[in-house]
Amino acid sequence: MNSNDRRLPAGGRIDRMRPIGFSFDGRTLNGYQGDTLASALLANGITLTGRSFKYHRPRGTFSAGPEEPNALVTLGTGGRREPNLPATALELAQGMIAESQNRWPSLGFDLQSINGLFAPFLSAGFYYKTFMGPTRRAWMFYEHFIRRAAGLGRAGTERDPDRYEVRHAFADVAIAGGGPAGLSAARAAAYAGADVALIEQDFLLGGQLLSERSDGEAAAWLKAIETELAGLPNVTVWRRTMAFGIYDGNTLALIERNDDPVVQGVARQVFTMLRARAVVFAAGAIERPLVFSNNDRPGVMLASAARTYFNRFAVLPGKNILVATTNDGAYRAAIDLAAAGAQVTIADQRSTLPAGLAAEARRLNIAIRSGTQIADLRGGHAVKAAKLAGPGGNSEIACDLVCVSGGWSPTVHLTSHLGVKPVYRDDMNGFVPGGLPAGHFGAGSMMGRYSTADAIDGGHRAGIEAAAFCGKSAAAPAPARLDLGEAATDAFRAIPSTGRGKAFVDFQMDVTTKDIELAHREGYESVEHLKRYTTLGMGTDQGKTGNFAALSAMAALRQETIPQTGTTTFRPPYAPVAIGALAGRAVGHHFKPIRRTPMHDWHVANGADMLEVGLWMRPYFYRAAGRDVNEAYVAEMRMVRGAAGLMDISTLGKIDVQGPDAAIFLDRVYANGFAKLPVGRARYGVMLRDDGIVFDDGTTTRLSENRFFMTTSTAKAADVLSRLEFLLDTAWPELRVAVTSVSDEWAAMSLAGPKSRDVLAAAFLGLDVSNDALPHMGVAEAEFDGRALRIIRLSYSGERAYEIYVGATAGETVWRHVLEAGATFGLNSYGVEALGALRVEKGHVAGPEIDGRTTLDDLGLGRMAAKRTGFVGDVLRRRPAFQAPNRQRLVGLESAEEGKRLRGGAILFIPGDIVTGHGRGRITSVTFSPELGRYVGLALLAGDVAVEGSEVLATYPMKAETVRARIVSPVFVDPKGERLHG
Amino acid sequence: MLRIECPCCGLRDHDEFRYGGDASITRPGHDDPDPEAWYRYVYVRKNPPGPHREFWQHVTGCRQWLVVERDTRNHAIASVGFARKTRA
Amino acid sequence: MNMSRYSVSSILRNGLSGQKNWQRAWRAAEPKPAYDMIIVGGGGHGLATAFYLAENHGIRNVAVLEKGYVGGGNVGRNTTVIRSNYLLDGNTQFYEFSVKLWEGLSQALNFNVMFSQRGQIVTAHSADQLDTFGHRANIMRLNGIDADILDRDAVRRLVPYLDFSDTARFPIYGAILQGRAGTARHDAVAWGYARAADSHGVDIIQNCEVTGFVRDGDRIVGVETSKGRIGAGKVGLAVAGHTSVLGRKAGLELPIESHVLQAFVTEPLKPLVDHVVAYGADHFYVSQSDKGGLVFGGNLDGYNSYAQRGNLGVVREVAEAAIALMPCISRVRLLRHWGGVMDMTPDASPIICPTPIDGLYLNGGWCYGGFKATPASGWCFAHTLATGKPHPLIAAFRLDRFRTGHTLDEAGAGPSAWLQ
Repeated sequence: MNSNDRRLPAGGRIDRMRPIGFSFDGRTLNGYQGDTLASALLANGITLTGRSFKYHRPRGTFSAGPEEPNALVTLGTGGRREPNLPATALELAQGMIAESQNRWPSLGFDLQSINGLFAPFLSAGFYYKTFMGPTRRAWMFYEHFIRRAAGLGRAGTERDPDRYEVRHAFADVAIAGGGPAGLSAARAAAYAGADVALIEQDFLLGGQLLSERSDGEAAAWLKAIETELAGLPNVTVWRRTMAFGIYDGNTLALIERNDDPVVQGVARQVFTMLRARAVVFAAGAIERPLVFSNNDRPGVMLASAARTYFNRFAVLPGKNILVATTNDGAYRAAIDLAAAGAQVTIADQRSTLPAGLAAEARRLNIAIRSGTQIADLRGGHAVKAAKLAGPGGNSEIACDLVCVSGGWSPTVHLTSHLGVKPVYRDDMNGFVPGGLPAGHFGAGSMMGRYSTADAIDGGHRAGIEAAAFCGKSAAAPAPARLDLGEAATDAFRAIPSTGRGKAFVDFQMDVTTKDIELAHREGYESVEHLKRYTTLGMGTDQGKTGNFAALSAMAALRQETIPQTGTTTFRPPYAPVAIGALAGRAVGHHFKPIRRTPMHDWHVANGADMLEVGLWMRPYFYRAAGRDVNEAYVAEMRMVRGAAGLMDISTLGKIDVQGPDAAIFLDRVYANGFAKLPVGRARYGVMLRDDGIVFDDGTTTRLSENRFFMTTSTAKAADVLSRLEFLLDTAWPELRVAVTSVSDEWAAMSLAGPKSRDVLAAAFLGLDVSNDALPHMGVAEAEFDGRALRIIRLSYSGERAYEIYVGATAGETVWRHVLEAGATFGLNSYGVEALGALRVEKGHVAGPEIDGRTTLDDLGLGRMAAKRTGFVGDVLRRRPAFQAPNRQRLVGLESAEEGKRLRGGAILFIPGDIVTGHGRGRITSVTFSPELGRYVGLALLAGDVAVEGSEVLATYPMKAETVRARIVSPVFVDPKGERLHG
Repeated sequence: MLRIECPCCGLRDHDEFRYGGDASITRPGHDDPDPEAWYRYVYVRKNPPGPHREFWQHVTGCRQWLVVERDTRNHAIASVGFARKTRA
Repeated sequence: MNMSRYSVSSILRNGLSGQKNWQRAWRAAEPKPAYDMIIVGGGGHGLATAFYLAENHGIRNVAVLEKGYVGGGNVGRNTTVIRSNYLLDGNTQFYEFSVKLWEGLSQALNFNVMFSQRGQIVTAHSADQLDTFGHRANIMRLNGIDADILDRDAVRRLVPYLDFSDTARFPIYGAILQGRAGTARHDAVAWGYARAADSHGVDIIQNCEVTGFVRDGDRIVGVETSKGRIGAGKVGLAVAGHTSVLGRKAGLELPIESHVLQAFVTEPLKPLVDHVVAYGADHFYVSQSDKGGLVFGGNLDGYNSYAQRGNLGVVREVAEAAIALMPCISRVRLLRHWGGVMDMTPDASPIICPTPIDGLYLNGGWCYGGFKATPASGWCFAHTLATGKPHPLIAAFRLDRFRTGHTLDEAGAGPSAWLQ
């Protein structure tokens, strides 16, 4: 096949000086700058471009836009592999590698086209009626094969090497659609003084004007207004940009394509959220197919598309052309193609012909048959002849291109994304937006006004109104006129014909008129049932061309009007959007932020194995202490209990609570009392949720009469703060209290162990750290190197311990300083695994126990609130369920079998139980206790069997283990707390 | 994207805010011992399809808790104000 | 009531006769003056309830009233995942019973609901998370449910296209697998139950909106509808998403809020994802439909809503999570996304029970987990309606649990999770 043998010698909007090489199914071909892949394929005489979903029927290019059902290709290889792209919307690019899809071994010879032979049995919904036996799992067998036959293109399995961006943008007036209506609206709104964003999915502005002759009056009008807009500084034109959806807050979601060329470092696509004060929808209309036997053969094309290929791309898509229509529009295609030398016949379903157009056509030797429709087509991989049915009976004519037009459907998709249902208009036999909310305007064929003159006028008005909505109403001079003489509307309803072959309403999903009849017969007659039962409109094109024909067919079967039958709801996106574009740059390490403490670099440099907790990076253990975590944490625990350890606790939530009523406030938000906390003292506190379940725990220190310093758990820091603010703003506005997060302002470390005071004294010379000056739960405020230092004597491990707070930027300095000062006392750093183990030994509850289902009583903390009322959660914590004797509560467990370990997540039974169901409780946390020389754990166990000294069975089915464990006090180490004091 | 006109910070996307649920329910006094009152406050919701008074906190802005009147059928926002009516 | 059976021979016979002899899957019924029982809501749960009333209890004088078209609510809008990997006593047994019913459902209904037991994998991203999965798996095994814990290599063998690279933000440590979990064809579930119920004589009445309740003293004895008044011995509500609206008409105060959950589908692709895969580090789960689309979802939109559409922020978040778990789908294209309205309860567990109002029974509060429960919910609700007493498997799903504190909070998030 000669290259570009269908290309006309002149004309079109292609640049013949810039040839572009590309390949399709391995064949090297040429096109030109300005081509789409589809136009370049047509120019090269390639009319077979795809295979259908179910029957694998051969298909050709049907449209010239994103509504394309047939010509889907896969682009690229490896990580750049991208399936299911409509060739009609792909701007041709140098080196483009395109492949056809859903065929094997080749597009020309597809073994699965054998499905067509079984078509009588593969009607809509046949899956639901069979594949149910012989066994219950039979479907799994059939499904394997069905899945392989289904699907269209194949996705890649590698990482996408390209970059995507997300952008936030704002405009007074956003205009969706750069055709005559949108251009006119942009111009008017801009003159009125509004900031305008004009959005066009094509790489050229002009819309349907691009399908007019490239050297005619339409082209001149287009060029003039483009120049005019370019001169208006308040107009931004977004070409290659699809408005795929409109969301709340007038937020338009845009995808801008920079696919070609993929320049290193430039985002391939940009996802923009454009917040507009007003929106003008000028999205145009999409031509409808005609429904007749074998209407899907390659060589059948929308009439407007044929005209576009001819005028815009200088491709003559056929030489012997049949134009089948229900309306005037297709005559223009016939006339243009005939003028270029093609032999053209028009079959018009109407018996009354448009006099002027018919006369013009006849002058070009176009034969016109009125009241005539196509009964059938012949030809497999390319159409060869059409059988016509008309007043004079049937006849057959040879043809290599069939242009069809079943009228037009306004592109109302975007206008219905916010829930406004389209409404049917009888006078134009189509759906238009069902009312637009304030600030939304429409113009052009999307509003059912099909003439260019109307589009320009309507656009102008919409532009002025949209600008006025934004308070911009400077005078806008009237636009230049352009009258191409089209009819304003067209109400003729296409008549489906019935031939022997399949007559498709949805080409891509292979839905035929017979499927619609079957759906009707079986009662799947509401539009949504029809769609779901037949898969109508479920393809990549979402039935943009075919849905209306299907709806008409169902209405006819139900003997109802179209509005009685209904319409479908349009869902975003308008056309498919790459998931990677929506994700933007939030990929890989950038998926979520990483939080690092001020001492992070020190931990990494000093052999810490880092662990992510929430979004925080924390030292898990230090490799100096052992080869792996199990060895290291035990060594670190021994260090803390034997000498001293230093732990980075900067991740704790820290809240500054101030005000004359701060004490009253804390008294209400904590389950235990704070009003009487003396200045200079800290207290452990537990907060409940309103429903009485434990919310969070932490410590709060009274720094002065009206000032408190609260810490929260790392995980709940943000929630606790919001909660406190909520109570102050909404429930107790009379309390004079202000709360402020100081989490990021303070670095924090915990110095724990019997030698901790010695270390502290050595580190901060001159600071009185004696037990009298700084007793357990005491606080000291000091300075180090000119920086504020806050030391609170608090213990999590059960050893004498101090929390040291210092300004975040001095965190690492103080950390190093304390470590250096403590070296002689055996001080070193320890990680969160050891921290967790120390708290288990001490019987402190943490995340595994505070799991959102436990109460104070469950956790053995009931005594803290025993005599109190009036705090958050107090009333509902008294509900009956929480008082049940078999309510699970905290106990300690130790292994009763020598050498056998306990495991978190083991389920507890008592001897004699049948080991099934949910058991009596579970082990929540375990550790090896170096002090006791065995595994110990915390557990939640039914209160009626939680008798200290008795045994339970801890079973772990996933490891087929059962261990006998003894119920003990949860405080394994220093139960009297002697190490804390003195 | 809901757009909420924060009385302090101006018109902002809703993902700067934390939702706080139905604002039409009165929280019992902190020392109200009536379990029924607390049950209704914590659990029972009118959940209307239509205008809904609800709390939002501008967490990445001024951190004020706001009361927003919003229609749950179409998300149209009728008014936004501070939840706190009085300054203590 | 003369349902023609679907079988290989009926397919062949109809194929040869041009598909002309199929009957309506269910009759286009118009309401009778009164029924023994009325089920409000022609979704999965309502239709299943009607079917089991007839099938298990011989109660056939039943009408299902549907405001729009059968299966038009959440049964036709969800992401079709079926599983029984629940932790809490009361949930575990109920959902496992449901999976067992799913396993025989196509045969029971003579309608292929395409229950595909392809297995569900939930990834773990820390040793602690894997431990919590161990606990869950232990509970499942002790309740006779299959469960496996996979290490990183085992996950990689099953689903090699997940992000196992050095740049993964949350590296995969392992996973929990329930092999018997899977997906089903959601519409088929509604249609299959509708057809089977109809064949037992149940009237399925579409375009029939319930506008009020008819009372005799304190007892509800019927409903007012857009098709007139219809009497009923008992009325069962199965209108999840809109339970508050109908509940209020009946005078029920409910602990329910309506929230939007979005669902997403890509263009049809050749097989890529052979399991249900859920991301343990964020809100994202995905499976591939038999037609080839990747069907996925994420978190709630996060505020009360009855609008069946989603917000753009969640679209972004879900896309980000999708790429984080499966970098290879960056160039796969989103075809459609939509929102369903969920009844959210304060403990994220459903409510099925007799109500304080005589003659009125409630089935709602399904949060985002209703699809998988459809068969068991219908089975147990039918039992509850027929006997007036809760089926033992739904004893935990009672309405008064919020008063008593017997809440069933799998996630421990508490009521008004945003307020914690």
